[in-house]
Amino acid sequence: MHIFANPARFLAIARPLTPWLGWGGALLVAVAAVSGLFLTPPDYLQGDSVRIMYIHVPSAWLGMAGWTGIAAASLFQLVWRHPLAAVAGQAIAVPGALFSAICLVTGSIWGRPTWGTWWQWDGRLTSMLVLFFLYLGYIALARASDDRTGANPIAAIFGLVGAINIPIIHYSVLWWRTLHQGQSITLSGSTIDASILWPLPIALLGFTMVFGAIVLMRMRTILARNKIEARLKRMAEA
Amino acid sequence: MTAFTAILLRDLRLAYAGGRAWLPLVFFLLVATLFPFAVGPDGPLLARTGGGALWMAALLAALLPIDRLIAPDREAGVLDQHAVRGISEETVALAKIAAHWLSFGPPLMLAALPAAALLRLEGATLVRLELGLAIGTPGLAALALTTAALTAGLSGAGALAGLLMLPLAVPVLIFGAGALGDDGMGALKLLAAASLLLLAIAPFATGAAIRAGRS
Repeated sequence: MHIFANPARFLAIARPLTPWLGWGGALLVAVAAVSGLFLTPPDYLQGDSVRIMYIHVPSAWLGMAGWTGIAAASLFQLVWRHPLAAVAGQAIAVPGALFSAICLVTGSIWGRPTWGTWWQWDGRLTSMLVLFFLYLGYIALARASDDRTGANPIAAIFGLVGAINIPIIHYSVLWWRTLHQGQSITLSGSTIDASILWPLPIALLGFTMVFGAIVLMRMRTILARNKIEARLKRMAEA
Repeated sequence: MTAFTAILLRDLRLAYAGGRAWLPLVFFLLVATLFPFAVGPDGPLLARTGGGALWMAALLAALLPIDRLIAPDREAGVLDQHAVRGISEETVALAKIAAHWLSFGPPLMLAALPAAALLRLEGATLVRLELGLAIGTPGLAALALTTAALTAGLSGAGALAGLLMLPLAVPVLIFGAGALGDDGMGALKLLAAASLLLLAIAPFATGAAIRAGRS
């Protein structure tokens, strides 16, 4: 990983990678949206509302993957002092919060026709809401410090502490069997019928690529800002 | 006297002699007084919801002292003096957690007695509330120290502390309030687990945050 300690080397890869991820992801999302809306049959029980799945599941995955990424970046920052790790953590936080919010909102819209309620204090829903608030706390903490370069490890410590919530979200459907369904897709197979399932991996891959593009763009923005600040400081001293 | 007990006794003296240990208590009782105004002074309703309201009040009271836990010592250079003496930040953090709990937990459990009377809690509920507070407040104290170390020296530390601490305190609130029911033993064990987990993480997170605040 320390090859990328040099920002120039990171940028040489990130700059061409961003449009590929962004446009490729957008294309896949469009394909998944069209096939999810028009090509798959409605569910025998839920009818057309099952199509919310093609947004809800990817955003839930990205909300959780986002914080896992923050935790990994925090670890890299604290243990190996990797200069890009803090930048990565800050870059992930905002899209992570956004996708958690999308997950909560789409889940609420999905819950209304299928469960008959907008919100239920179920283990999975509650822990996802907590994750959303943790994101907001992380963003506020990263912005509160005077040092905007991201070298300050305070946010990284919070990123690691907040990671306790990730396994709680994951196992919440096993620990509290209340309302949210259990795991439909496991390594050994899926309980969702193949005729409905097939656009989901496309949507997952597409949204993940868009997420990656946003993170890379934000990382480049933060690096550029750090460069400007360093240059201004040098000019002020000269 | 070891460094641990020295720091513990100093913080305790500051908390009790300086009078700041009483502030969260007054706040706690004030919230318990306000709650009947908000939902109406209906006895059975208060008895049913009062225990949970007291847990909420305890959580909010735990937020109050956060800006006095680390920031003054950091600004006055006390933490740097500890480091110069070769006392590890984790030891300092653990001593401060213990001192903070001693100035926060037992007084809160005492204040819960009149608060329970104000909210017309039944005797059995009160016992479970006190048990829950005894188990849960060490975790809350540990979380308060971690939050204090993370936000020390930042602008707008107070509001930020709430945003950081409350989501992480959710398990304590859930299991603490869950333990108030008749079959609360399971929730009490889970509360103990959450509290112990927070206690186990806090010295290291707080120590790391103190070190990070120095740079």
